[in-house]
Formats: sequence, C-alpha cells, structure tokens
Amino acid sequence: MDFISILSIFVMACFVGYYVVWSVTPALHTPLMAVTNAISSVIIVGALIASAAGGSPTAKWLGLIAVALASVNIFGGFAVTARMLAMYKKKER
Amino acid sequence: MDHTAPSAWVMLAYLISGVFFILALRGLSSPATSQSGNRYGMAGMLIAVVTTLVTHEVASLPEIIGAIAIGGGIGWVTARKIAMTDMPQLVAAFHSLVGMAAVLVAAAAFLNPGAFGILGEDGLINPVSRIEMGLGIAIGAITFSGSVIAFLKLAGKMSGAPILLPLRHVINLGTLAAILGLIGYFTVNQSPWIFWTVTALAFLIGFLLIIPIGGADMPVVVSMLNSYSGWAAAAMGFTLHNTAMIITGALVGSSGAILSYIMCKAMNRSFISVIAGGFGAEAAVSGGAAKEQRPWKRGSAEDAAYMMQQAESVIIVPGYGMAVAQAQHILREMADVLKKQGVSVKYAIHPVAGRMPGHMNVLLAEASVPYDEVFELEDINSEFAQADVAFIIGANDVVNPAAKTDKTSPIYGMPVFDVDKAKTVFFVKRSMGGVGYAGVDNDVFYMDQTMMLLADAKKMCEDIVKALQH
Repeated sequence: MDFISILSIFVMACFVGYYVVWSVTPALHTPLMAVTNAISSVIIVGALIASAAGGSPTAKWLGLIAVALASVNIFGGFAVTARMLAMYKKKER
Repeated sequence: MDHTAPSAWVMLAYLISGVFFILALRGLSSPATSQSGNRYGMAGMLIAVVTTLVTHEVASLPEIIGAIAIGGGIGWVTARKIAMTDMPQLVAAFHSLVGMAAVLVAAAAFLNPGAFGILGEDGLINPVSRIEMGLGIAIGAITFSGSVIAFLKLAGKMSGAPILLPLRHVINLGTLAAILGLIGYFTVNQSPWIFWTVTALAFLIGFLLIIPIGGADMPVVVSMLNSYSGWAAAAMGFTLHNTAMIITGALVGSSGAILSYIMCKAMNRSFISVIAGGFGAEAAVSGGAAKEQRPWKRGSAEDAAYMMQQAESVIIVPGYGMAVAQAQHILREMADVLKKQGVSVKYAIHPVAGRMPGHMNVLLAEASVPYDEVFELEDINSEFAQADVAFIIGANDVVNPAAKTDKTSPIYGMPVFDVDKAKTVFFVKRSMGGVGYAGVDNDVFYMDQTMMLLADAKKMCEDIVKALQH
C-alpha cells in the first residue's frame, strides 16, 4: 500500500472516531477508556511480527516483551470493561 | 528476507478487525448495547492476532504463547480484583503498557527492519518509515513515562501537588524541538545514536510534562494520555501498513482528545493551561486566608429523613467524597427506602464528580443504582427549581454558585448545579472547615434553606436510613 492510501484510511478513521465517540453516552466514559485501552493494544500485531522473525535475537526478545505487555492490556482491558458494563442495570419495574 | 506484499485476504482480515473495533465503541452509545460492543472488540483483537500469526513464518511459537499467557494472566487477575475507586490508576497503568509496547515494537523494527518490510532498495530503511518509527517511539515513550507519573499521583504514591521547575516551559519546548529536529535529521542519516537519543528525550519529556500538573487536573491528563496511546498505535500502523492498527489508533486518539475536551469544559479550564500545569498550587495558598464568620444551620439525620419523606422529589448530588467514605451502597439503600415511600429520587452527576470521565457513574452502578435514575448535568439542571430537596453528599465545588456570579473566584465559569433553587438543601460534609479542590468558600452553606449534616457520609446515610424506617 502506498503512503497516500494509508493516510486516507487514517484521516477517514479519525472522522469516524470523532462521530462515534461523541455518540458514546457520558455514563459510559470510564468503560470507553478501558476498552480503548484494550483495543489500542492491537499494537501486539507489530510485537508478534518482531518476535516471530528470525535474524535479530535482540529484536525477537524486545518483541516478546511487547507481546506480554500488550497481552496484559488486552486481557485486562476487555475483562475490566466487561466487569463494569455488567454493573449497569435498568430500573426494575 | 524477501518481503512480498500481503494478499488481499490478509488486508481484508485486518480491515474487518478495524471495523469490529469501531462497532465496539459504537456499542457504548447505550448501556443496553454496550456488552455486545465489548464482544465485538474481543473478536476484532482475535482476528488481528490470528491473522498475523498465520501469515508470518513463526519461528518461536512456544515463546509467543508463553508471553501471551503470562501477560494475559496478569491482566485478567488484575481486572478481576481491582476496586472501582482505583479505576483511574489502573487505566493510567494500562496506558503506560501500551506506550512501552509501542517503544519496544519501534525499537525491534529499527533493529530488524527486514522483518517489517521497510527496507528500501539501497538496503537502508525507507525515509518515510523512519519518520513513522521516530514518531512512534517518541509518542510511545511520552505515553509511558507520562502515564507512570499519572499512575503514581493517582495511586497516592507521589504527592498530587504540582512540581514546578524553574524555566520549565523553556526546557519543555526545547526538548520537544530537539525531538522533532532529530526525527527530521533521522530521514537523512540513519545512525542509531539519533534514534536512541530521540527515545531518551521522549522518556524525559513525558516525565517533565506531567510532574507540574496537579491532582485536580488528573482527569484531563488521563484522557490526554489515552489519546497519546492511540496516536502511538497509529504511527506504528503506518510503519507496518496495517489498517487495523491505523483505524484503532485514530479511534483511540480521537476518543482521548474528545474526553480531554469534555473534562476541560466541565472545569472551565483551557487545555493549554492544564498542560502548562501548576493548578492547585495557588489555591492551596489562598485557601488559608481568613474567612468571615457567617451563620449557618446544622441539621440532624432525623430532620433529613423527615423532610425527604415529605418531599415529592429528591435530587442527590454525589461527589468523590462519597466514594472516599464508601457511602455509595448505603446511599442507594436510602434512595430505595424513599422510593418505596413514593418519593421520586434522581441522581445528578457532574462530569468531574469522579476522578476520571464517567467514574461516578461506574461507582453508582457498582452500588446497584439503576442507570436510568442517573442524569448528566445539562439534562437535570433545570429540575432543581422544582425539586423539594437537593441532597449533596461529598461534592462541593460543583454546587458552588460563585462559579456563576463571582468573577474573581478560581472556579468562575465552571458549569455548576443550581442547587440553590431547590426548596431545601441538605449538605453532607465532614466539618465546616474543609473546602473543595479549588479551596473556595461556598455560599450554599449559608443559605436559609440549607441544613448542614456534619458527619461522615456513610454514618450519616446509615442514620437517615434508620430514621426513615421508624
């Protein structure tokens, strides 16, 4: 992919992000932060590429540490979000 | 290593993953759809991880699975155990991990560029990739060290008071300029020293940027670091030409930016002045000034119980002091008793009521307060004029009318609840001495219709519940 196509995706995604985030109800802003934390750990993709490749042992170990750190976030972020969201209940009628 | 362009299927898989992340945020538009949204997020992450593993030759699968198991285990256990009051520091800690992961990935890409497919025909890293890597490692490092300081301040392991270095604006701007200049130079000279100097300076600036910011501004800082962690992921997405990372980075970046904006607006502070730091330092000084003695009325739990039983509508205004006193469960019990007796009870939440955006809503949800009884500032503020009782517990600055009238007040311009329009006001407070974050006196204490309930918030609610059940 050339730079301009990537930049287009990025700019469009910023606009999508802007509108989607404004539609989030303020009551759920803490879960929003927890879940954005979890999904920003998609950086694990880069960590996996680094740790899967041969060639540089240092790069591999840096990658493995990054995989572990991102995993803390992925599991922790989604679990804590799920825990919070399960608390939000409607009035019993 | 020969790097062939990824097939259309692979790119499609990452695109689906990115779309699932959008749906995860979209689900949060209402509590009813939020849980399915979270599951979309998990599915998106699974697709991204599996796609990466099956499309690369993996020489070290056992190590990778081990790393995921260790990290995932730590994350899962932490998420199960963490108290809801500790959520701000947990989020800050998680941000620091994203930042560090970005630094490590960028460093690995620099050491082994072939594996990332960013080598040019001349055997050097593509100049565009060098900018992306430089930005990725710099934003990642700032996110890391900034979040560590935010974590220490929020967890009380470091004083919340701003630490003001002399010439800090000059130092900060100089360091930022040096980082940008070196990243620019990096495009023409691929020497390792430039890359590592950028990294070191970025760690330093993250630290310098957050130490002058006081505890009261931490909700803005946490949101801002949320945004940075997104931009770091996006920068690495550019390096890897990965749509899932770019879409996610843009989403998280906008999300954090919008939350920072909302928090600044709720405190009537400009983003620049928050970043410049120092808030809370002057207030601590002026708070010590002599105050005139004005008459006020003291109420008892029985008074409060009687008045609220007679009322048609009660609006509860909780603040962080309520959570500190662990009074949320007994407060909800009090509301339940009142509702059984036919009183309409609503909760009014200020955006800065907790210590991060939406924090108070989570604390009330944990205490089983139904979310449709909880209202935001702009939705409920007009109702105080019709309310019989405003019950303020653990809040102070957010009900201070000085924000509307007194131009010299440090909180002037901040949106506040019009509790002064309610027929009766009960103000639960530990003593008359303490003041809010901003350190200013509150006219609500001295109004004719106000009764001060001076006690620990939890104890007071317990006594009111007892009195209500008589």
